[in-house]
Amino acid sequence: MEIKKPAIAGTLESSDCQVAVEAGNGTVDFSLDSTVINQFGYQIREVVLDTLKRLNVDNVKITVVDKGALDCTIKARIECAVYRANDITENLPWGGVIR
Amino acid sequence: MINAAGRDIPEEILKITGKEVFQGAYAKDGLQYKKGAPTVRACLNPNRSKLVASITEVLKKCEIRDGMVLSFHHHFREGDYVVNLVMEEVHKQGIKDITICASSMGKAHDPILPMIEDGTVTGIQSSGVRGKIGEAISGGKLKNLAVMRSHGGRIRAIESGEVHIDIAFIGAPTCDEYGNMRANGGKSDCGVLSYAVADAQYADKVVAITDCLVPAPNLPADISQMYVDYVVVVDAIGNPAKIATGAAKPTTDVRKILMADYCTEFVINTPYFKDGFTYQTGVGGSSIASTISLGKIMKEREIKMKFGVGGIAGPMCKLLEDGLIEKLVDTQDFDAAAIESIKKNPTHYAITASEYANPFNKGAYVNQLDFVILAALEVDVNFNCNVVVGSDGVVTGAQGGHPDTAAGAKCTIVITPLLQGRIPAVCSEVTTVTTPGETVDVVITDYGVAVNPRRQDLIAATKKAKLPFCTIEELRDMAYGIVGEPKPVQFEDRVVGIIEARDGTIIDVVRQIKPFQY
Amino acid sequence: MSHPDKKRLRRTMMFLNAQKPGLIKDPYIYGADSIMLDLEDAVAESQKDSARYSLYHALKEINYRKTERVVRINGLDTPHWQEDIRVCVAGGADAIRIAKTESARDVLTVEEHVLAAEQEFGREEGSTLLMAALESCRGVLNTLEICEVSPRLFGIALSGGDYTKDLQTSISGTGVELAGARQYMIMAARAAGVQCFDTVYTNLDDMAGFEQEVEMIHRMGFDGKSVVNPRQIAVVHKIFTPGKKDIIFAEKVVREIDEKKAQGIGVFTVDGKMIDIAFYDGAKRIIGLAKASGVYEGDL
Repeated sequence: MEIKKPAIAGTLESSDCQVAVEAGNGTVDFSLDSTVINQFGYQIREVVLDTLKRLNVDNVKITVVDKGALDCTIKARIECAVYRANDITENLPWGGVIR
Repeated sequence: MINAAGRDIPEEILKITGKEVFQGAYAKDGLQYKKGAPTVRACLNPNRSKLVASITEVLKKCEIRDGMVLSFHHHFREGDYVVNLVMEEVHKQGIKDITICASSMGKAHDPILPMIEDGTVTGIQSSGVRGKIGEAISGGKLKNLAVMRSHGGRIRAIESGEVHIDIAFIGAPTCDEYGNMRANGGKSDCGVLSYAVADAQYADKVVAITDCLVPAPNLPADISQMYVDYVVVVDAIGNPAKIATGAAKPTTDVRKILMADYCTEFVINTPYFKDGFTYQTGVGGSSIASTISLGKIMKEREIKMKFGVGGIAGPMCKLLEDGLIEKLVDTQDFDAAAIESIKKNPTHYAITASEYANPFNKGAYVNQLDFVILAALEVDVNFNCNVVVGSDGVVTGAQGGHPDTAAGAKCTIVITPLLQGRIPAVCSEVTTVTTPGETVDVVITDYGVAVNPRRQDLIAATKKAKLPFCTIEELRDMAYGIVGEPKPVQFEDRVVGIIEARDGTIIDVVRQIKPFQY
Repeated sequence: MSHPDKKRLRRTMMFLNAQKPGLIKDPYIYGADSIMLDLEDAVAESQKDSARYSLYHALKEINYRKTERVVRINGLDTPHWQEDIRVCVAGGADAIRIAKTESARDVLTVEEHVLAAEQEFGREEGSTLLMAALESCRGVLNTLEICEVSPRLFGIALSGGDYTKDLQTSISGTGVELAGARQYMIMAARAAGVQCFDTVYTNLDDMAGFEQEVEMIHRMGFDGKSVVNPRQIAVVHKIFTPGKKDIIFAEKVVREIDEKKAQGIGVFTVDGKMIDIAFYDGAKRIIGLAKASGVYEGDL
């Protein structure tokens, strides 16, 4: 999937994360600001890159501001941002690339 | 060298400090030693006044010099003005290389930061450091090693002569012109002056700083005139609103109440819960809720507490006033209610910090505790606790009486929510050990209750209790199952501070923080 | 085909905003019998899509232990309910709560889409239960047909706030404006053999008032109540869980009736109360409730 327009999902509340995506310049450009970066910096990066791969996104600038979100929330916010960037809101592939 | 808490203490640190590694919580039991003593000047001249006009002048009279050790107490908590007042003057006089030996430090002392940065202050010895000072230490800005001690450990260090205090500055809510100090009767009452007594007895020079000079003799004195060199009167020694804080409202947080209920249920099922038991609790929402529900059961079963120890806040005073506690022995007051209580209740007594928790005297009150209820930032599968280093690796809390009470009490209970946001409070290895696992008996979380396998007696006694028992490993696995397995915080190699065990050995070190890198 | 969980214990149903990650990560701790993950009123219009992703992952990845997971989907008058149904079924929700149910037709519409989703996502057909929220006069008046139209429907719930607005009055705290709806709904639910749940009580500072209301609806015959805060759970469970005295009496009734039936005796006294066969079901229900609540220590 491409990033057709910039999109944001999530909030800066405790246990949540805010994900902002925009078109990249050919790669996955990932930056992270997290309150738990020491303990989960690696884990969060893995989840972000995995999720993007599953969604077939390889050209994106993605910024994550994390306030201690669990993996399931990070995935949810990324998926939401990516689909918003494509203006897709229904007939989503639950259980398919979203899992 | 690996110590008895499983921590590796660099040889270099052992050399610099001349200390041993931690060998066990009770390793030094029976140790014979000679106590330290101050160098004092005889005061025969009946015409000499102790009153000094200003801090500037008293520093000169005390012959302040580079490299001295200055001491302070923290009975004014976040409302303290004394440390900043004194250090500002020290700074102005261009003095360098000062070691601050405080019973604890907090955010109120953030103005000290520039003095650390410019070398005025090169050493800090404290139970805790918070705010900017904590960040500065973790950031490697303090020239010498920071030394973190428990309340009992600090007194041990002073009384044994390991730490020599050049000048003790004691904030006194009331003081007379000859130095009799009281914790009450003025405009910044703090209940007790327990932490300052050893300072008064063992420092070479003792300066009383008060904002309320009263006619002599100011009796009964918490600190006697015979220890005091000088008396300085200032406008304000502290902010009463932050010293005598209002009562915390009882928690409505369901998780905290859940943990409080577990705690009460555990306590009443141990063999120590009988008429005449002794008890100490903290000020967390769960600890207080548990104390209140324990009070109800004490009333029902006609079980009285012989004495309560602390760290005293309103709820314990209420139990005293309701006749459920016979006596309170008090080393610090956490709120206005406690301060009022010690002023009006004849069975609410002040004790010195040495009487409270010094491991090297002939027997402190912590040794007589049946129960202590504590909190912790982290607990690991060996029941070691971390109460000093935060989840970002920065020094942020205080040992307080944690290791002292844990070592002394027959039943040490640590209450903590399993997860603090995404950070598991129960983990495989704590970031820094401050209280050794051998002294911690039970961990109570919102997900379950784990009893230390060293305490088969407690496990057997509480089997029938309606509690979600599990192992500490199961708690850790539950936590990791939800949030994922955390990686340990990355630190630089440089050691910036030591965590001293009660007996003066090194239980762990604190290293400089390192910005996260992949 | 009767779903095994259709009649499970549902003393408390706790509302949770599916958009708030901090709340949905371990709600089983609070001990509610069911949680209601909300895609409807708690979620802002612009975040309806976002809530679905959160919901899907929460359902799939968070361990709720024995707590039932109900999802409140958006009303049939919105553009959201169809995708809501897809994500609920795909995520494995235990039940779907239909907001603003007005008629049996509404239930059938949802049921149709749920079946299609079960087929699309490979879930056992019939595995997703339904419940209907009644929020208007017409909905309440159509209760019986709503209760009877689908075997998936395990119960109905009153949404007091919207209902009283439709009545053109407001919630007074006395219960008088809700009395008609409450009575009618319980009658219909019992006639149809489904469960009935009362509306939320939003004033968290008035625990005494809350307790009074829970006592009243318990006496009226409700099976449970929606709660908005974990603090309310203990109160509801205390009142809805049979006490020791009631359990012991129920045991006596069951044993006596069994014994007396064998002897051909139809009416007798237990503890001074007149008992006949009509009391049997009620006594058995109390024992069943006690068992489900985890307080039963007998051997019936």
